[in-house]
Amino acid sequence: MKLEEVKRILECEVITGHDRLDTEIKMVCGCDLMSDVLAFIKADALLLTGLVNRQAIRTAGVADVPAVVFVRGKRPDEETVALAEEKGLPILVTNLLLYEACGRLYSQGVPGCEGR
Amino acid sequence: MTEEGAFRRNFEVLGEDFYNAGRVSTEIKEILQQVGVAATTVRRVAIAAYEAEMNVVMYARRGTVCLELTPELVHLLVRDEGPGIEDIELAMQEGYSTATERMREMGFGAGMGLPNIQKNSDRLVIHSTAGVGTEVEIEVRF
Ligand SMILES: Nc1ncnc2c1ncn2[C@@H]1O[C@H](COP(=O)(O)OP(=O)(O)O)[C@@H](O)[C@H]1O
Ligand SMILES: [Mg+2]
Repeated sequence: MKLEEVKRILECEVITGHDRLDTEIKMVCGCDLMSDVLAFIKADALLLTGLVNRQAIRTAGVADVPAVVFVRGKRPDEETVALAEEKGLPILVTNLLLYEACGRLYSQGVPGCEGR
Repeated sequence: MTEEGAFRRNFEVLGEDFYNAGRVSTEIKEILQQVGVAATTVRRVAIAAYEAEMNVVMYARRGTVCLELTPELVHLLVRDEGPGIEDIELAMQEGYSTATERMREMGFGAGMGLPNIQKNSDRLVIHSTAGVGTEVEIEVRF
């Protein structure tokens, strides 16, 4: 699924990466704990998180995460946005809660990061 | 571990510097990408380095990361001046953490850091002296 489609399904606002909405999303990981993200996320999986700070951007960079969706309408501060821009990482924001956001994508056939 | 002709670089990490936390691991990742290391290996090193770097930021006063590249492996030596780890076996257990509320707000402190390093490396050796500091040696083979 393209990031563009994720944006539509989750009714997102695009914060950075307007020109990268054609990024292909194969899987999703929904998580607020960065160590858990690092432990379980697969390369090329979209990260849905309520943790809105620099560490989320750093974690995405380290773990080859192609884009991040912040849930619960939490908006990143300017410095966090600047870091994402510097790294070329698309960030989107949705007002949905984590469970609802994951559920919508899952019901559209995007799998999670379960299994090997 | 030192080898003739190996690529070597040192980085500084400051305790409590959450603003820059992750910068060193990101730089290491970029270096490995530039020299053409396979993406899956780069990712393993980056994750291990990031968890080790976060531990210095969270628990120690300051530390250094020494990156060494040989034809066979990536070697990271993360040394810090800090409280040290009294019981390394306990610290290695998934879920064990002494992180503070502030650290948890940063998304860390789930007690998964050292297990994550273990999982993403081929060799992990930890030496620590309580009240002095900690030395974490990480090896990832190509
Ligand atoms: N460099 C370090 N200096 C002192 N204590 C450390 C260091 N690294 C880890 N620890 C101790 O080991 C525990 C487990 O570390 P880790 O597995 O990374 O989980 P977390 O950082 O989420 O607590 C930490 O909570 C801390 O008590
Ligand atoms: Mg840790």
